[in-house]
Amino acid sequence: MRYLPLTSDDRAAMLAAVGAASIDDLFVDVPAEARLDGTIAGLPDHASELAVERHMAALARRNMAAGDGPFFLGAGAYRHHVPASVDHLIQRGEFLTAYTPYQPEIAQGTLQMLFEFQSQVARLLGTDVANASMYDGSTACWEAIVMARRVTRRSKALLSTGLHPHYRSVARTMANYTGDVLVDGDPALEAGTDWAALAAAVDKEVSCVVVQYPDILGRIDDMTALAGACQAAGALLIAVVTEPVALGLIKAPGEMGADIVVGEGQSIGVGLQFGGPYLGLFGCKAKYVRQMPGRLCGETADANGKRGFVLTLSTREQHIRREKATSNICTNSGLCALAFSIHMTLLGEAGLRQLAGINHGRAKVAAAEFAKVPGVSLLNGGFFNEFTLVLPKAARPVIHELAEKGILGGVSLGRLYPDNDALANGLVVAVTETVTEQDIAAFAAALKEVLA
Amino acid sequence: MNAGGVDDTTTFTGNRALMLEEPLIFEIGGSETTGVDFDEAAPAADLGALARSAPIGLPGLSESETVRHYTRLSRQNYAIDLGLFPLGSCTMKHNPRLNEKVARMPGFADVHPLQPQETVQGAYAVIHELAEWLITLTGMHSVAMSPKAGAHGELCGVLCIKAALEARGEDRRVILVPESAHGTNPATAAFAGFTVEDIPATGEGRVDLAALKARLGPDVAGVMITNPNTCGLFEREMKAISDAVHAAGGYVYCDGANFNAIVGRVRPGDLGVDAMHINLHKTFSTPHGGGGPGSGPVVLSEALAPFAPLPFVTREGDRFRLIEEENAGEDHPQTFGRMTAFHGQMGMFTRALAYILSHGADGLKQVAEDAVLNANYVLRSLEDVLDAPFAASGPCMHEALFSDRGLAEGFSTLDVAKGLIDEGYHPMTVFFPLVVHGAMLIEPTETESKAVLDQFIGALRSIALRAKNGDPALKSAPHFAPRARLDETLAARKPVLAWSEAEVGGS
Repeated sequence: MRYLPLTSDDRAAMLAAVGAASIDDLFVDVPAEARLDGTIAGLPDHASELAVERHMAALARRNMAAGDGPFFLGAGAYRHHVPASVDHLIQRGEFLTAYTPYQPEIAQGTLQMLFEFQSQVARLLGTDVANASMYDGSTACWEAIVMARRVTRRSKALLSTGLHPHYRSVARTMANYTGDVLVDGDPALEAGTDWAALAAAVDKEVSCVVVQYPDILGRIDDMTALAGACQAAGALLIAVVTEPVALGLIKAPGEMGADIVVGEGQSIGVGLQFGGPYLGLFGCKAKYVRQMPGRLCGETADANGKRGFVLTLSTREQHIRREKATSNICTNSGLCALAFSIHMTLLGEAGLRQLAGINHGRAKVAAAEFAKVPGVSLLNGGFFNEFTLVLPKAARPVIHELAEKGILGGVSLGRLYPDNDALANGLVVAVTETVTEQDIAAFAAALKEVLA
Repeated sequence: MNAGGVDDTTTFTGNRALMLEEPLIFEIGGSETTGVDFDEAAPAADLGALARSAPIGLPGLSESETVRHYTRLSRQNYAIDLGLFPLGSCTMKHNPRLNEKVARMPGFADVHPLQPQETVQGAYAVIHELAEWLITLTGMHSVAMSPKAGAHGELCGVLCIKAALEARGEDRRVILVPESAHGTNPATAAFAGFTVEDIPATGEGRVDLAALKARLGPDVAGVMITNPNTCGLFEREMKAISDAVHAAGGYVYCDGANFNAIVGRVRPGDLGVDAMHINLHKTFSTPHGGGGPGSGPVVLSEALAPFAPLPFVTREGDRFRLIEEENAGEDHPQTFGRMTAFHGQMGMFTRALAYILSHGADGLKQVAEDAVLNANYVLRSLEDVLDAPFAASGPCMHEALFSDRGLAEGFSTLDVAKGLIDEGYHPMTVFFPLVVHGAMLIEPTETESKAVLDQFIGALRSIALRAKNGDPALKSAPHFAPRARLDETLAARKPVLAWSEAEVGGS
């Protein structure tokens, strides 16, 4: 057992020291009928590192990796290049094998990193403050709706039809059990968002309006008027960002008046990882900070007057406030926050803007190319690095045919909205800096073949 | 501290040899500096009014500066890789590096959650294989894999209970939680819309069965019990608790944070548990990462299984299929819905599976035995100098609980903890559980050697004696950490939560 340092002599000496005749004496409080004497039947015994690696590698080979060919999937998870130093640094044992920084004197590394992360995120989202992370974008979105309920003391939320369907599902699941009222629906295959309709629908009953920017179909829009309508009605505007790289190029939701901005930070530093672990971003206006969920790191001084950092305002949290806490969240996504922060530090303002510009430029080239395929049209007016193609037939089988040709060609709306035939021909395509001109040409050619 | 010139306690830079001061990225980075090169310039964008006009204010560093910044920061952290990290309830065990290697295989790390199902059979296989292990180890009926952490798993279990009651047409509003529970338990129940009531503890640190039975009734949806509990004790009456709750029409949620103590030796399914989350970042050693990510799959009894959240993986011969919204209608009609986008913490599944396969059934049983032996060794080696409120009633499980009784006037658990920092240890969990005054909860885990424990016991003995004798130097500990005690009151009273140009940096 390579992970267990006790020898049989140690065990014997320690049993004697604690006054036990055998290890079973220490399990005496377990009732006899619940005690297992042998090992559990049907499970294999321990294995060498080589054997485990071989087994796992065989499983990994059964997947087609995104890097194996042309790759165009987005819809809430994006493939970006992550500099090698990011993964090197997050594997330093002092970061990797530390705990939540409850003892600040010996956790200044994690705490200063979190303070820097919060500062970067707040600036990127255009909010006054940001927390130390949530599990992911979808859970952050629900927590924002709960927070709006606390702030406004109303429990009716209007969800834009452009919100990621999984985010909507999470909110629906929770609202089923909490008594919150959600007004939502599927998107229409139109170039414009439903934000003007939302602005018209906001009234004194509404706690919040939730919009996604860019939305599930890749559409972008100005939320200034919607923010004004929310403010006039005493409701909060929640903006959801699933592709934070976009904010290198387009205005931050906070700049346009959003009260709470949440998002998925996976794009920066974290990688695809088949959907998790990801990184929930959560920012808001300063006046709401005491209603926020999750951990917050703040600056202070030590007994000698030196600057230092601590977890703060923890009376909002479950370990202090128990059933009166703003959320039940405890463990969040600390290491993913570190990856994000390192990648963002490497990029800096100039690098982020350039990365965003390259994404946008390449996506425009690709969209124009794909729209030339007979029968295919581009839905979007404006977009960042993701857009929706309308195919002459259902997109779902097309995706499978493209996969057979070694091309991962986007996410079909049929997969995201299986019950809505009106959306079946929609295909959401993401184009990041990892996509080459050859990839675009290969996809266009393959799409042409499949649709012919 | 001499605040003036340079002498034997101060330096010109503020550094102390290997203890290096590091400014914030905002103080050293530049708006034009970058550590990333691109092969091309960005073309002009035509985004009109939506284009960003003002600077974002993000500092950049070159790659060499970035590596140094974060390496310097890392050295101000204590970590398992440096030494004993005996946080009760947190199970800070060694994190094997094989698991990191495996998780980074491109076939796992570079795979999109919405890829066509035929291209991700290996990912589904990992989820399925890990699920089978968790089901077998716990003796339960099925498992929900998508919860993102322990507290998210609690939410999953509590929603299953709510859905089951709804299916029975019952509206029960109350969840009972022991006084010694993790704060997440009552917070979770409230987050799901339940009312929370406390169950008292006996003088032995266990659930008061008589008081629990007396409170059961038609308004009680269930109980949330931690077993082994947060006093480090096995709930001997667990089966009787479950039977009583079931007889009254309720369900039993078990907080599985302490599963490490019993893995391979006790199956919660044999104790009448209906739902239990398993912290993969505790029992199955996926790294804590300075506060996540975790992973909290929830094993379920037959009674709750129909309500499990989407998505999940089923096996059909050698193919795996995902049950999600579109096909749940026929295969899983009673699901309570979705808890998160995508499939949960895949990166943690690969690590946990590698860990489980490495230990195997025999190794996992040894894990529980060594964890319990190590904790008892600490308990019996210190009970003569620190008050151990429940030590007389028998052995502990995976963690040893002490109180601050007998420390000198004006000395507290906090002083003992800060003293341990100077001795080169991370402190134990302090002031939790709340059922003990000034609690100190020590969980050594199975990955510590006898020699390490002996030295730790020696250090803690010496600190306990100093605290009993009122050594004033202990009141100002730590003396050798990167920072002295930090002013948490100031941080809360005048919150500074983000850097701003206006701010004047510390010394």
